[in-house]
Amino acid sequence: MVVDSFRYLPRSFVPLYEQRTYDFDAPVWTPLDRPVREATFGLLTSAGVYLRDRQEPFDLERERAEPTWGDPSLRVIPADATESDVDVAHLHINTKPIRRDLDVALPLRTFRRLAEDGVIGALASEHYSVMGFQEPGLEVWVNETGPEIAARCHNADIDVLVLAPA
Amino acid sequence: MNVPVLARVIEAAGIPTVTVTMMPLFAERALLSRTVGVPFPFGQAFGPVGDDGAHRTVAETAVALVETATGPGARVDVELEWPVDLKTAYRAWQPPEPSPIVKTMLDALRAARREEAQPPDS
Repeated sequence: MVVDSFRYLPRSFVPLYEQRTYDFDAPVWTPLDRPVREATFGLLTSAGVYLRDRQEPFDLERERAEPTWGDPSLRVIPADATESDVDVAHLHINTKPIRRDLDVALPLRTFRRLAEDGVIGALASEHYSVMGFQEPGLEVWVNETGPEIAARCHNADIDVLVLAPA
Repeated sequence: MNVPVLARVIEAAGIPTVTVTMMPLFAERALLSRTVGVPFPFGQAFGPVGDDGAHRTVAETAVALVETATGPGARVDVELEWPVDLKTAYRAWQPPEPSPIVKTMLDALRAARREEAQPPDS
């Protein structure tokens, strides 16, 4: 099976997306320096998940006022977060499924079980959430948010980061 | 479309990454290291609500790809079916109202159509 990247896009959007490319001329590659059964895994979602009582939601009011702007900031989610701890701020998807089952976007429960079963070494103590709709240039993500996540991964002894676009 | 850029930044900083995405074509176009394609609607990269089996299958596919990939451009697509028909799933992933950028685009389109429909000034 080859996944059709346009299967769920509105038809009117497909021509826009078909043309979309990136300016990168070389791949990125960092090898894993140990077996996955000894590696600590971190997770990242772009679904706009945040801790309901401890964090500010992503700034949807500014996006409503400036439709080409998206909140580029980061939320750090602890490994023991559940549906009862989080909410979702994202204007481009139906957020109800994530509120009902966080694992559809940020599978902490699933990866915890993989660690318990010895498939991976460990689930990291912290994980990451961003909001996927961003300004076209992505300057803040490239220059601030991305390096901040990478630094946090190093500090949290994360060996592999699993990213899941919303 | 934007997360592949973030993945590149993090991988370049020395953290191996794997990207689980319903748009694997763009992960490939961004020349990512490891990509898992999922045939799922937006917002639910690991599968349907409450389907622990699907979540585990996707997660294990990502972990296995990290173990086996020997260089950039590694891709595996998950062979699972979404449990409802395409039309229903397409409607279900959409937000309750158009996002601000989509609303702006739709308003501009409607304005252009109204302008086209008006007779020229005499």
